[in-house]
Amino acid sequence: MNESGPPVLLIGVGNAFRSDDAAGLLAVRAARPLLPPGLTVLEQSGEGASLLDCWQGAAAVVLVDAVSSGALPGTLYRIEAHSQPVPAGFFRYSTHAFGLAESVELARVLGCLPPRLVIHGVEGASFVMGQGLSPAVAQALPQFVQRICAEVLALQCEERA
Amino acid sequence: MSTRTIKVDYLARVEGEGALHIKIRNDKVQDVKLKIFEPPRFFEAFLRGRDFSEVPDITARICGICPVAYQMSSVHAIEKALGVTVDGTLRELRRLLYCGEWIESHVLHVYMLHAPDFLGYQDAIRMAADHPEAVKTALRLKKIGNALVTMLGGREIHPINVRVGGFYRAPTRAEMNALVDDLEWAREAACEMVRFTAGLPFPDFEQDYEFVALRHPDEYPYSEGRLVSNRGLDIDIADYEKHFTEVHVSHSTALHSVLNDRGSYFVGPMARYNLNYDRLPPSVQEIAREVGLEPPVLNPFKSIIVRSLETLYAVEEALRIIRAYKRPPQPAVEIKPRAGVGQGCTEAPRGILFHRYSLAEDGSVLTAKIVPPTSQNQKTMENDLRFFVEQAIDLPKERLTWQCEQAIRNYDPCISCSVHFLKLEIDRE
Repeated sequence: MNESGPPVLLIGVGNAFRSDDAAGLLAVRAARPLLPPGLTVLEQSGEGASLLDCWQGAAAVVLVDAVSSGALPGTLYRIEAHSQPVPAGFFRYSTHAFGLAESVELARVLGCLPPRLVIHGVEGASFVMGQGLSPAVAQALPQFVQRICAEVLALQCEERA
Repeated sequence: MSTRTIKVDYLARVEGEGALHIKIRNDKVQDVKLKIFEPPRFFEAFLRGRDFSEVPDITARICGICPVAYQMSSVHAIEKALGVTVDGTLRELRRLLYCGEWIESHVLHVYMLHAPDFLGYQDAIRMAADHPEAVKTALRLKKIGNALVTMLGGREIHPINVRVGGFYRAPTRAEMNALVDDLEWAREAACEMVRFTAGLPFPDFEQDYEFVALRHPDEYPYSEGRLVSNRGLDIDIADYEKHFTEVHVSHSTALHSVLNDRGSYFVGPMARYNLNYDRLPPSVQEIAREVGLEPPVLNPFKSIIVRSLETLYAVEEALRIIRAYKRPPQPAVEIKPRAGVGQGCTEAPRGILFHRYSLAEDGSVLTAKIVPPTSQNQKTMENDLRFFVEQAIDLPKERLTWQCEQAIRNYDPCISCSVHFLKLEIDRE
C-alpha cells in the first residue's frame, strides 16, 4: 500500500477492553504529544496480517504491547526484533490466534521485516475483560512511555543521519 | 490394564480458550469432552433494554473474526420484527460485505492455522520457510478481504457502517472500481488455493453426518433461505427453535445445540457445499471437478478444500456485485419502530448463526437469543474425536495429539464466539 512508508512508525498494540492488554495503546497515546508532530502513530488490535501490512515500507518501527510471560507485573522489556527472535508465548494475549509474535517471525522468514524493529513491552498482571490497568502496570506506565519516546527519537535521528 | 495419558495444555490456532479431554481405557475411548472455559459473556442479557438500532454494533463485538455475520444475523432478525425488507442494491452490498468476511476468515484459517497441520509444520512461520509463495499469497488474499470489509464496513474489524435497514453510507462507484484489479488477481490466487489444498495428504476418515445449512432458491447462501439438511429438515428459520434445542453441559460454558430427537449435526463450509453445490457458478464447479471434490464430501479434513472453493466463490461473487453496482439514492430504507418478534439466520464462515429478538413498541429489545455456529458443531466435534481416536489408537502419543488438534481445526472453531481458548488432554489407561 505504502511502498515508501514513513521513516519511523510507532505502533501500539492491544485490546482496550482487556485490562492490562490496553497498555500498548495507552502508552502510544501518552507518548504522542511528547514526540515531533509529523510522526505516524498507529493503533492495532494485534491481528497478524494487518500488522504485517501496516509496517510495509517503514524504515524503523517501534512496536508497543503488553507482555504475558509470567514475570513480575510492570517489568519492562526491549527486544530488537530485527536481529533477535520474539520469545514464543510472550504476547499470548493478542486477540487472535495469529498475533504479534507470529507476524514478526513470519515477516522474518518472508524477508519483509522492517530494517529496524524494536518492541517495547510491559508485563501485565491481568488480561480479563474490562477497562483499567492493574496498579503495577499503571505505576510502570510513565517510565514505559519515556523509554518509548527515547527510542522513537533515537531512531528518527538515525534515519535523518 | 494399559494406561495412557496425553495432555496438551493449550490448544493453539483456535479462537478462544478451551480444552479437550479424552479418556482412553484398554484402547477404548471412554469419554471425550471438548471443554470450553472462556468466560460467559452475557451478550443476550445486556442487549435487553437497548434500542434496536444499537444491536448490530453491539453484536459485532462478539467476534473479531466474524463480526459481519453477527451484524447480518441481527439486522435480518430485527428487520423481520419491524416488517422491513431490504432488497436490490442494498441487499447486494450486504452480500459483498459477507464476501469480504468469508475471504478474510477462510484464508486465515486455511493457510495460517490449518495447512501447517497437514504439511507437518508446527505453525505457519515454519511452513513459510519452505512455502514462502503460498504464505505470501495468503497474506495478499486476506488483505483483499480486509479491503472489502473496510470499504463497506468503515474498518476491517468490528465494522461500524452497518445499520438496520442498510448502511450509513453507500460506497461510490470509484471506491468499488478500485478493488477490481485486486479481485481479478484474487480469482487466480483462489484457484491456486484450491489446487494447493487439494494436494494435501488427508487421513482416511469419513462419517455419516447430518449437514445443516441455509438453502436459497437461486444463490449460494449467505443471509437468506430455508434451513435444510440431508436428512429431510426443510424449515423456515422462524421455526428454528421448534427443531433445535440448546443444552447445558457441565464441562463447557458454551451451550451444546442439538437437533431435536436426532442429536448432533454439522454446520459450516462442508454442510453448505454438500447442500448447495448446484447453486455454485459453473466456474467454481469446474475446478471442484478438476480436483475431484464433488459432493458429498464426508471427510471433515477435506473441509480445507471446501473453504478454498468458497473463497473462490466469494471472490467471483464480489466481482459480480461490483461490476453491476450503481450507487443507490439512499444508503438505507426508512425504519419505524414497532413491537414484534423476528429471527435471522445467516451463514457465518463457520456455519449458521441464529438470532432472535423481541422488540417493544418503542423499538427497545425485550429479549435476545444468539446461537453461534461453534456451539452447534461442538457435539459433532466430540463425536469426530471419539471415532477418530479409536481408529488411530495405535499411533504414538505425540502423533495422536497432533491429529486430534488437526481434527478440531476441521471445524475452524471460534470458541470466544461460542460462549457466550484450548487445552488438549488425552488420559489413557
